[in-house]
Amino acid sequence: MNNAPSSVVSASKLGLTFETGDGPVHALSNVDLTVNKGDFVSFIGPSGCGKTTFLRVIADLEKATSGEITVNGMTPEEARKSRSYGYVFQAPALYPWRTIEKNIALPLEIMGYSSVDRKARIERTLDLVNLSGFGKKYPWQLSGGMQQRASIARALAFDADLLLMDEPFGALDEIVRDHLNEQLLKLWARTEKTICFVTHSIPEAVYLSTKIVVMSPRPGRVTDVIESTLPRERPLEIRETPEFLEIAHRVREGLRAGHSYEE
Amino acid sequence: MKPDTLAQRIIPVLTILIAIVAIWYVAAYFMNAPFQRDLDRRAGVTSTTMEFIGKTMAQPKPILPAPHQVVSNVFENTFLRSVTSNRSLVYHAWVTLSSTVLGFTMGTLTGILIAVGIVHLKALDRSLMPWIIASQTVPILAVAPMVIVVLGAINITGLIPKALISTYLSFFPVAVGMVKGLRSPEIIQLDLMRTYYASGAQTFWKLRVPASIPFLFTSMKVAIAASLVGAIVGELPTGAVAGIGSKLLAAAYYSQTIDIWAALIAGSVLAALLVTIVGIVAKIVDRSMGGRPA
Repeated sequence: MNNAPSSVVSASKLGLTFETGDGPVHALSNVDLTVNKGDFVSFIGPSGCGKTTFLRVIADLEKATSGEITVNGMTPEEARKSRSYGYVFQAPALYPWRTIEKNIALPLEIMGYSSVDRKARIERTLDLVNLSGFGKKYPWQLSGGMQQRASIARALAFDADLLLMDEPFGALDEIVRDHLNEQLLKLWARTEKTICFVTHSIPEAVYLSTKIVVMSPRPGRVTDVIESTLPRERPLEIRETPEFLEIAHRVREGLRAGHSYEE
Repeated sequence: MKPDTLAQRIIPVLTILIAIVAIWYVAAYFMNAPFQRDLDRRAGVTSTTMEFIGKTMAQPKPILPAPHQVVSNVFENTFLRSVTSNRSLVYHAWVTLSSTVLGFTMGTLTGILIAVGIVHLKALDRSLMPWIIASQTVPILAVAPMVIVVLGAINITGLIPKALISTYLSFFPVAVGMVKGLRSPEIIQLDLMRTYYASGAQTFWKLRVPASIPFLFTSMKVAIAASLVGAIVGELPTGAVAGIGSKLLAAAYYSQTIDIWAALIAGSVLAALLVTIVGIVAKIVDRSMGGRPA
């Protein structure tokens, strides 16, 4: 982290239109965005603003219909084929017939890591998400928060320096969420990954991010990009500082400006 | 939840059993009474009510045998005869069992293969599924003799034709269940595989197959019972050589109603055993795949 940051994700004039029975739906329109190496970028906006769609385009789970996007300097498809990102879904999506460590081993088996290497990686990532000792448990034996941590461990197990997270803590209660947010920041500092994080919680976005992308629906577009002035080291109490509230206020303004309350 | 005690589980079943036996005795009396009255009149015998009731329960070829007649017949033919004897129910059950198990094995494999094809090839999905469903609307009683006769004409006799009828009945539930099972992974689980750039084979073995296992066992329970029916039906037109089906046919031919009922009981016990075995295997596999204890 010494010289000029290089871009990990770079989108210009990106658009995605779904053809549906009720006519075209513009999920994304004219999105220009750069995510630099080591950034923690949050995407925030009301439902239907295309934040998840944008993440899925980066992951090559959806194809853009117009514009340009590169991931690690490649097309999203090439990036997916070279396994350059880990994806964390809204639900843990753990396979119920595999223990936690076997779940973490899943991408490693698929990508052909040796069994010695697998073992070391499982141990390391379990430790990263504070689940050491739970490797032999089955998913149903863990709480929702622990399951989601296991799914994060699974995304961290292989060598991808981009982590895509789609509302990973959306289904969890506030207390667990605070705790996981704090852990996620520590994890980000330790692993130096680049993280793209979709959320609809303003405090979560402000607390976590170095850059906040505010989006609005119909058509899905970027209305504001806020560079955070908060330091990288962030205790939970930072959320009561004037600086934090200032950024939160700007996010709220951005959301209000982009959102029409007609409907 | 507290597990039921043995008594809690057995008492309801016993209650129903006693009720059935009671109704059976009453029915046996009324079904057999007219013939017995006829018999007594011709012989010029008069008997007390109790004696008369006793006689309706002891006819050699009753219209409806009493439960104890059937039970003693089953007992005699199961435990008191050498298992190689043509009168032994064990011998006949074994003959039926072997063709049931062979047919069930072939049917399950066929069903799985068809399901794999249907899930992976759109063309098969469109072309094969209607035929599979149509195949099961044909009455098996009509098909079975033809299978036996056609295969007999090309010198295939004995176990194979009977097993093929079992196969015909048992592949269907397995095929339908496995199509559902192989398609049961959620979109999110499939997306996950896509983010790993997993190959088709990897997605199949690491996601679709394990996800389909519970569906497989559910359909195998149906399939094994259907296989047994197929084997018995297959034995009916084979010229009554051996097996529960041939035993049924022979007994019906000579109006040996007690034998018919005994063969039916033997068939039911066999079916219950087979379904239970599949259930136990399902439970063991479920445990080894991290299933939550119920």
